[in-house]
Amino acid sequence: MKRECTIIPMGPFHPALAEPEFFKLSVKGEKIIDVEIRIGYNHRGIEKLAEGLTYNQCIFLVERVCGICSNIHPLCFAQAVEEIAGVEVPDRAKYIRTVIAELERIHSHFLWLGLAGHIIGFDTLLMWAWKARELVLDIFETVTGNRQSYAMNAIGGVRRDLKKEHISKILKTMDEAERATKRFIKAISGDPVTLSRLKGVGVLSNEDAKKYCVVGPVARASGLKIDIRKDYPYAAYDEMDFDIPVRRDGDALAKTEVRLEELLQSIRIIRQAVDALPNGDIKCEVKEMPEGEGLSRGEAPRGEDLHYVVSNGSNMPERVKIRAPTFMNLPSIKPQLIGNTIADALIIIGAIDPCFCCTDRLTVVDVKENREKIMSSDELLQRSRKKSSADHRGS
Amino acid sequence: MFEKLVKWSRKKSPWIFHVSAGSCNNCDIERFGILLKGSPRHADILVVTGIVNRQAAPRVRRVYEQTPDPKLVVALGNCAVSGGIFKNGYNMVGPVDKVIPVDVYVMGCPPRPQAIIDGIVEAIKKYEVIKV
Repeated sequence: MKRECTIIPMGPFHPALAEPEFFKLSVKGEKIIDVEIRIGYNHRGIEKLAEGLTYNQCIFLVERVCGICSNIHPLCFAQAVEEIAGVEVPDRAKYIRTVIAELERIHSHFLWLGLAGHIIGFDTLLMWAWKARELVLDIFETVTGNRQSYAMNAIGGVRRDLKKEHISKILKTMDEAERATKRFIKAISGDPVTLSRLKGVGVLSNEDAKKYCVVGPVARASGLKIDIRKDYPYAAYDEMDFDIPVRRDGDALAKTEVRLEELLQSIRIIRQAVDALPNGDIKCEVKEMPEGEGLSRGEAPRGEDLHYVVSNGSNMPERVKIRAPTFMNLPSIKPQLIGNTIADALIIIGAIDPCFCCTDRLTVVDVKENREKIMSSDELLQRSRKKSSADHRGS
Repeated sequence: MFEKLVKWSRKKSPWIFHVSAGSCNNCDIERFGILLKGSPRHADILVVTGIVNRQAAPRVRRVYEQTPDPKLVVALGNCAVSGGIFKNGYNMVGPVDKVIPVDVYVMGCPPRPQAIIDGIVEAIKKYEVIKV
């Protein structure tokens, strides 16, 4: 009798993953036959903390849900609160929100591209992509004063205006970003090594994508044409002209292509938005908070982000629920990983662009569930050890 | 002579291991020209970001124990230094200095890259006083 499989633990502090997460890969030879994901190393209790803060303080808090999508979370939260308060945000604020949201998408996709290049050993791509990303971070620093966590959103509008010199800087940077993106597309499609590392790796079929309810670029790479910006427009997206890139293959290459094309679309949106930037106020006042509930969705760089806020009429929310995109995308790595080799595991996990600081918003019940999982995996380990020792004796 | 050599070599090439213990990725750590290592066993300096939550605390302690002496710890970002906005959170064990001894604190949410490098340089200076 042979031992059924080898268990390879990955994480929680793994060099290739910038964030703490734990994957338990069961492998047979080189082939992955099962995966167990354990999150929670990043859980900070944000939803509970939000219940003890005023709405304006909550904006600061939800901005720290994730450092990379640090615009979409406050944007969604503000939209949910605005829905409760029943205020209409000024047009100029809507356009500025759109510009900042798209700039964030560009910097996030460049970051991802660099990491993906790093994972497959294409370090030149890492340097290029992060150099291009630095240009976008420079805009953020000029406009908002911070490289990340821009603190742009406020309830009822935005906190800072886009000045003329900002707009000329943004347009100039967009030209450079467009040139860089086109170069990346050429570099990836023309490199046989990169193509062989990405093509056919970690395929998520259309049926699986629907079954696992994936969102964002992961869904779009598997042939699902979903994008909150088009389906349920918020901010100024209903007045923007842009396409949704879709691929059918569902492999790592398709995910890369979708993200690269989204970069070009984002540049297109920013150009339109700063051209058509209306005049007027950037913020409206919220005089009273009635009782009620608000739900808001936004397209984060990684997919659909959902914020749900319940108000009891006081200056603090009664309940805040946040569902970040990786929460939906993470389980889908199971069908993607199974059948692939260990060497491809990282690029497959990387290809969904996981963001664990967003995802780790589990409730106490989930933590308990996690504990049960540990028990069962321990049992599994023990069982496999027993089996191997039995094999040993038998031979 | 030997002592001098060891001190010099430690100062010239610090190897760093990044422990992200419940951070929001804001502290963009990847951008210093100092070698980032994949294992705490190879590291001289641990850079810890995040609040250190209940689940991560034992792991952080273990990583600290795995790091060979002499080791230095840099707490990076407001969360790691003081808990920041998560100070009153139910899942917080940190800040980092409650879990493992910290040598250098870098404030900021997020700290600028220059501040991060400055923090590492401050840590390297400590090698002067550590006995071989």
